[in-house]
Amino acid sequence: MSTVKRAGPFRLILTLAVAGFASGLVLVTVYVRTAPLILENQKAALEAAIYRVVPGARTRKAFEVEDNKLVPYEGDGLPMENAVFAAYDDNGVLLGYGIPSEGPGFQDTIKLIYGYDPKTNTIIGMEVLESKETPGLGDKIIKDQDFVDNFKALAIEPEVVAVKTGTREAANEVDSISGATISSKAVVKIINAGNQKFLPLIAAAHESEEQP
Amino acid sequence: MDAQDKLYSETIKGFWRENPVFVQLLGLCPALAVTNSAINGLAMGGATAFVLLGSSILVSLFRNLIPKQVRITSFIIIIATFVTVADLSLQALLPTVHKELGAFIALIVVNCLILGRQEAFASRNRFPYAVGDAAGMAVGFTFALVLVGGIREILGNGSLFGLSLFGESFEPWVIMILPPGGFLTLGVLLIIFAQVKKSREKRSALEAGKEAA
Repeated sequence: MSTVKRAGPFRLILTLAVAGFASGLVLVTVYVRTAPLILENQKAALEAAIYRVVPGARTRKAFEVEDNKLVPYEGDGLPMENAVFAAYDDNGVLLGYGIPSEGPGFQDTIKLIYGYDPKTNTIIGMEVLESKETPGLGDKIIKDQDFVDNFKALAIEPEVVAVKTGTREAANEVDSISGATISSKAVVKIINAGNQKFLPLIAAAHESEEQP
Repeated sequence: MDAQDKLYSETIKGFWRENPVFVQLLGLCPALAVTNSAINGLAMGGATAFVLLGSSILVSLFRNLIPKQVRITSFIIIIATFVTVADLSLQALLPTVHKELGAFIALIVVNCLILGRQEAFASRNRFPYAVGDAAGMAVGFTFALVLVGGIREILGNGSLFGLSLFGESFEPWVIMILPPGGFLTLGVLLIIFAQVKKSREKRSALEAGKEAA
């Protein structure tokens, strides 16, 4: 900037090209370095969440959706998409399924995982994995324990319904968070969508197991 | 003023006398948006400090190589690079903090405090002064964010840095952690700052008058 004479067009183009190139180099380096760590973090968060939404679980098996059927996942680690997780206790008895699901929230996509017990046909736990809901309001879907506790024994027939705060009566109703009705309803919608998508597949898998 | 004094005064000015939020009214967007708790204010201040320091260092070092016509573009490239580095590093190393701040990290790019310091200071001053200026401004900005966030958290949630202060009987003013609470808190703080400044000017004018007499 201390140069008094105006720089020619070649100089301008060169400056921006060098700046852009250097910036690109830095970004690619950082991205390559951090991408595996970020994926690790997401997988670790998912893994930990499976054991929380299916209480008592000790081991888990991943199943992918293929041709409208659940097949055991063969790859390393955890599949991040289109998969459910069967959770077992110490003796290998099936306790339930961790079902990831996602959908639009108030601000951005909400990703969550919930536990489903096929024996009682109920939801036994829920945890939000990723959301950009309003801090202090919508993020209560994560931080408000009373709301999260709604999902500890929740009937799913005919479907889960979000009701006004404090008016929960039926077993398939969820108390909304006052001030965060839209986020509460979004969570319920996402769970219903997950049920629609995965429960028939899980039921089919159980039937085929019982008739060898 | 010798070099040491200049370095000291350039560093210290950002904290109080030219505090970016309370005096220059820069960077108000994050100061209002993420300050619903003290810890969020601190994390946002830290991320901003990283970007501000990094950009000021580079801009000051390369200030004679960047032609005037493309300086803003060059500054933005530098700033955006640092912001993306901060965003990815937080996601990789401190996923919980990143979860808290969400989209606001990416928005550091458009924080006018950072571009403002490059244009007004780093591009015109030698390296040590640019570092001092950036460090002072960053500390001042963080201080402002923690102050606003602390007040809002205490009133709106009855806690500070997540520690409950008043026990069960306290009825929190929910409005303080909602967006209006940010405007109310910042407005009151600005009034206080302006009053302090005014009375200080009055006093120094009086003293100057006495000396003259």
